[in-house]
Amino acid sequence: MNTTTFTSSELMTINAARLLRDGDVVFVGVGIPNLACNLARRTHAPNLYMIYEAGVIGARPSRLPLSIGDPTLVSGAAAVCSMYDIFTLYLQRGNVDVGFLGGAQIDQFGNINATVIGDYQHPKVRLPGSGGSMEISAWANRCYIMTPHQKRRFPARVDFHTSAGFLSGQGERKQAGVRGGGPQAVVTNLGILTPDEAGELILSALHPGATVEQAQENTGWPLKVAANLRRTELPTDEELRILREELDPGKIYLK
Amino acid sequence: MNKLCSLSEAIAQNVHDGDCIYLAGFTHLIPFAAGHEIIRQGRKDLILARATPDLIYDQMVAAGCAGKVIFSYMGNPGVGSLKVLRRLVEAGRIEWEEYSHFGMITRLQAGASGLPFLPMNQTAAPDLERANPLYRRVTDPYSGKEVIVVPPLHPDVAVVHVQRADARGNAQIWGIIGEQKEAAFAAKRVVLTAEEIVDEAVIRSDPNRTLIPEFIVDAVVHVPYCAHPSYTQGYYDRDNELYLQWDEISETDEGVQAYLQEWVYGLPDRAAYVEKLGAETLARLQVPPRLSGPVNYGEY
Repeated sequence: MNTTTFTSSELMTINAARLLRDGDVVFVGVGIPNLACNLARRTHAPNLYMIYEAGVIGARPSRLPLSIGDPTLVSGAAAVCSMYDIFTLYLQRGNVDVGFLGGAQIDQFGNINATVIGDYQHPKVRLPGSGGSMEISAWANRCYIMTPHQKRRFPARVDFHTSAGFLSGQGERKQAGVRGGGPQAVVTNLGILTPDEAGELILSALHPGATVEQAQENTGWPLKVAANLRRTELPTDEELRILREELDPGKIYLK
Repeated sequence: MNKLCSLSEAIAQNVHDGDCIYLAGFTHLIPFAAGHEIIRQGRKDLILARATPDLIYDQMVAAGCAGKVIFSYMGNPGVGSLKVLRRLVEAGRIEWEEYSHFGMITRLQAGASGLPFLPMNQTAAPDLERANPLYRRVTDPYSGKEVIVVPPLHPDVAVVHVQRADARGNAQIWGIIGEQKEAAFAAKRVVLTAEEIVDEAVIRSDPNRTLIPEFIVDAVVHVPYCAHPSYTQGYYDRDNELYLQWDEISETDEGVQAYLQEWVYGLPDRAAYVEKLGAETLARLQVPPRLSGPVNYGEY
């Protein structure tokens, strides 16, 4: 236990890191997912294997990468390959355990929108689009999402399916025949949502101090609560120290 | 054949109004100098293809070079939106064609391999498939299941920046190799820019590192710092400050035009750009060496 304070992004990063298992092959995104992976590697998962969509395999960045193709990812990596190879030999072939996803909207069934708010042809807000996420969500064994818990980010249905969660639930993802298991957890600043048997995201954990009511008020669908709702452990001094002193001393991502 | 020429000659001879062009490089080795020269030469109605349009296509679009973009991630990498492109798309003032990274790269792979299409496994996220009619489905004749296919992409011109090349166009890249090889083989014409022009013997001392062979290359240009503000592995770092500044510069059309005036129209070539960057910036982007272990090819 500690009595120090921490930020929402530190809390999300630490809880996402705890979801990673030693030996996982992780398709890492830049920013907070990168911090979570490097934190896991320095704590409980020393054999975490990080690969990046730019085509870097077994990266061990010695500084904080500022873009998905940062040169620090290459120096000291195990291998470098083309983008076609990373998406085929590694991802499509089934060699990736974990993918991290993000987006402007995540719906009741874990589907993600990172493309447009509003109509595709006449968007109200044009977002960057899929990048690697359409295939990562389909073919990585497990996917994790980190996002602030806000109603506008959690609509009942996304405006555009950039990447698939559990579609409309009820086994629809399985029927679609994609190999990956889909989103396994959405880590927010209030708690953790996980899919139930039908693929609906329900509240399965609350962070210290957060309430069920807060989570429900900030979700755009009637958020169910798991029968065995748990409390996450407080961030430890060691986790916070690694994040603040080793991984992001300039507070570039951990604002 | 010696294909060395100036960047202005290479662009004048190989890039024409209405062409589909691919300035290659995934975050790494983006040939900004070539994009700026295309702007200076006033090309119009280009189709700009790149997985990540990056700052260079934001700038080329703002300069009026393009009628259409083909892309798979329209963001300022590590920063946020590409605001020029975003404003134009939201206003319906530019045509676009969109893929996921894998869809985009598979188009290049099909183009580079001389194939009529390439299949990909389904993703259960069909909205982009609906939005872009070039995504199609065919039945896998072996399993009877549907696979997604995309057609080849054959840019009229690919511009590829490399660490080193010889005067004939044999080119070596290390670090992130993204889609450079595929773009070069897929394109009808290839313009090569290089940090260093080396003797053919240097290339032949390490043939495994050669991604592009001379006979698909049309022009070879010596352009140090061609990739700034992106980077060249082992030569200089990414100028992240400029990527952050672009987020502010591109808030307004006036900001963008002022930038183009200062850094593109107002300068004759890349050498002048590098001089304008100044010693302090170049020192900030310097990287200490980290050499690979030598390999022994054997004297046979």
